[in-house]
Amino acid sequence: MNAMPPLTRRLLLTTGGALVVSFALLPKLAALAQNVPKLPGDLDKTPMLDSWIAIDAQGRITVFAGKAELGQGIKTALIQCAAEEIEVDPAGITLITADTERTPNEGYTAGSHSMQDCGTAILNAAAQVRGILIELAATRLNLPAEQLKATQGTVVANDGRSVRYGELLTGQDLHRPAQPTSPLKDPKNFVVIGKPMQRVDIPGKLTGKPAYVQDMRPNGMLQARVVRPPSYGARLTQLDAGAVESMPGVVKVVRDGSFLAVAAQGEFQAIDAMEALSALAKWEQGPVLPEQATIYDTIRQLPSNDSTILDKGTPGQQGAHTMRATYHRPYQLHGSIGPSCALAIFEADKLTVWTHSQGVYPLRNALADMLHMPQQQVHCIHVEGSGCYGHNAADDVAADAALIARALPGRPIRVQWMREDEHGWEPFGPAMISQAAASLDADGKLIDWQYDVWSNTHSTRPEGPAGNLLAARYLAQPFAQPAPKPIPQPEGGGDRNAIPIYTVPNARVISHFIPQMPLRVSALRALGAYHNVFSIESFMDELAHAAGADPVEFRLRHLDDSRAHDVVTMAAKEFGWQPDAKLPRGHGRGFAFARYKNLAAYCALALELEVEHETGAVKLGRIVVAVDSGQAVNHDGIRNQIEGAIVQSASWTLYEEVTFGRDGITSRDWSSFPMMRFPAAPESIEVHVIDRPGEKFLGTGEAGQGPAAAAIANAIADATGARLRELPLTAARIKAAIGI
Amino acid sequence: MTVLNVNGQQHRIDVDPRTPLLYVLRNELKLNAAKFGCGLGQCGACTVLVDHEPVFSCILPISVLEGRYIRTVEGLGSEGRPGPVQSAFIEEQAAQCGYCIPGMMMRAQGLLEHNASPSDAQIRDAMAPNLCRCGTQMRILRAVRRAAKAMMADAGTIQETAK
Repeated sequence: MNAMPPLTRRLLLTTGGALVVSFALLPKLAALAQNVPKLPGDLDKTPMLDSWIAIDAQGRITVFAGKAELGQGIKTALIQCAAEEIEVDPAGITLITADTERTPNEGYTAGSHSMQDCGTAILNAAAQVRGILIELAATRLNLPAEQLKATQGTVVANDGRSVRYGELLTGQDLHRPAQPTSPLKDPKNFVVIGKPMQRVDIPGKLTGKPAYVQDMRPNGMLQARVVRPPSYGARLTQLDAGAVESMPGVVKVVRDGSFLAVAAQGEFQAIDAMEALSALAKWEQGPVLPEQATIYDTIRQLPSNDSTILDKGTPGQQGAHTMRATYHRPYQLHGSIGPSCALAIFEADKLTVWTHSQGVYPLRNALADMLHMPQQQVHCIHVEGSGCYGHNAADDVAADAALIARALPGRPIRVQWMREDEHGWEPFGPAMISQAAASLDADGKLIDWQYDVWSNTHSTRPEGPAGNLLAARYLAQPFAQPAPKPIPQPEGGGDRNAIPIYTVPNARVISHFIPQMPLRVSALRALGAYHNVFSIESFMDELAHAAGADPVEFRLRHLDDSRAHDVVTMAAKEFGWQPDAKLPRGHGRGFAFARYKNLAAYCALALELEVEHETGAVKLGRIVVAVDSGQAVNHDGIRNQIEGAIVQSASWTLYEEVTFGRDGITSRDWSSFPMMRFPAAPESIEVHVIDRPGEKFLGTGEAGQGPAAAAIANAIADATGARLRELPLTAARIKAAIGI
Repeated sequence: MTVLNVNGQQHRIDVDPRTPLLYVLRNELKLNAAKFGCGLGQCGACTVLVDHEPVFSCILPISVLEGRYIRTVEGLGSEGRPGPVQSAFIEEQAAQCGYCIPGMMMRAQGLLEHNASPSDAQIRDAMAPNLCRCGTQMRILRAVRRAAKAMMADAGTIQETAK
């Protein structure tokens, strides 16, 4: 697992870095560089081809990606991109992901950016490498390049001669910067991209092969557990750990200020010791939390930084109909099934951390800051964990492991959080509030749109300063949490998808960014788009109703983008959507559409459900989805992501809410924070992929989150006549709304 | 010393008999498939079979398991020769992160050993103790149905051969 990269590559990477620096230092060249066209995807940040692709003398191909497998199937899709353009069998490619000493720095694996940034880089790098191989073969065989073809790891000439890739390359051939354009294949000739290919990681995971950081157990490893405080900001005031240190298997109690942990030989011994420590520790309670019952009022009263992110025409027009609505979304959990885990070893002044963090480079920098170490002395290697769906406790547990490893040099330290801590301490998806107002003219066309959204930040990721690592805030010399920042448009954070995709002549959208965070929050899949699409797409249905229009037709009349038209039309057609369809009592159907971030994948869905009148319980029926992800590399991968997004979003939407009292978080397990179980899963989900060969990749992983929530709300309204605007749409709330 | 029969092999285990089976499987026997999810018997990531019954190995102390027949995913088949439930899950690509899937497969194996052709409602009820956060439920349901068919077909073939 700790294999060192080949020396030559390290050397090359260093050389590449030096080149970039020298460019930056020469103003003339830097000015020139500004006129250079942007390179495709993350080649723009890491332009040297050999940072991405290496081919050895035997022709073995290694591809280096700075994005990580989070369960979304990215490894398989990246291998497909590389194999297609280099012209080799996918099985012949070794993919190395997210490692601070081996791969390009592609920041976080987040925001549905992997295909767009990394897939695009690898596709183009692979095509350029193929071009170089053909050039080299042309020289070798003394033939024009037009008479040569790359296939199956070999360059073949018209005259029958051939040279294998491994024979063509010498040390520095791929050590050159990428070009702005690449000799990409015509999608008509694709044999790997867009063709069925099973996930490369599934067989191992399903047969007990070590696949996760949780499965690592190097020789001499100790098992460690952390005793978290009883609530946010509590301070450890008294501890006599003597009795714990003599417990069976216990190796060391580690304390630094209010950070408290124990390392033991056995995992159950570590858990026993953690419980004993927890019973002995005396804490001074931190600041009290706000009342949950009035949390939305509390949030609205906090100071906000307001920015107008859309101002078009003359907002404030009165029409034939004016409508207003307010929507709420509670704090929600990532709730990874496997609590966060990390392995760390501190030896010879160097720290190595195996982590399922979404960003090994930013984590490395934050760990270096926390431990006052040079960044080069910290090595972070991504190893898969349980699915994360955003910024969960992955980085925090890496910090825990690092602190314990520093106290026990030379011993590999494995830390896994307990379920109660994962539920209680992970950074939640922030609670949000939105207000929408719109006017329709007499023809049922939108003439005015005003939308306000209030939210905390959607990223407190550890970008460099240590203060966003949980443990760092509890050390004897604590790190302060950095001031939160909004994620700017066009991607946005709390205001992601707050700008309507629909055509309205007069519109204003205001994003109210609230710096003060009553609960710990950060990025949860889709960020603000989950709430904003829920709000906008619920509101569009309310407006369609006011206009006396079919909700699908009402959306189409306000959509100019032909690809948006195509997904909406396909979802409606495949569902069998009929205006004015009559459904049995208690049954409803709902439609929703969004283009994620207004710049990634398009996703439209129609669903039907049944509301049990006596209880308000929702039974999800058939769900039909259309998605346009641009060039589709792996159709089943796209379907799997969309199905997953819809089921996960349905669970958030119907059941999920973090609960808290004045003393702390109270939803600390799957009983107090219930999620969807099999009997409540939809009857079926059918995903139709609209492939766009040759078009850009459009990130898909988060595209289903918002539309699923709104379609459910719309179907509940259709089934019951009750419009629910506060998430989650629980049976109790539905029952209260429909009455006896 | 506790003697455990795991996947048909006897193992002498020298740990505190209060230790839940999960930690022994993972750390003493180095079997990766069963996973820690909650330690509370709420999520099913740790599901294994004991005498044909699915159990939460995270809360079951080894002291009660001597003489019982314990099975994990490693006992269903290998990457080279996956068992019918594993094959069905691979065919349906029924995994995203995959962390919960070994528990799902053991739950499904337990169901199919009791009921060779369960209805959709019976499958959903039987799988209810196990959680998947990635939202792979639709594929898992398809995989269990596929596994049921494959096992029925296998059983048919065996009966044919016996004649």
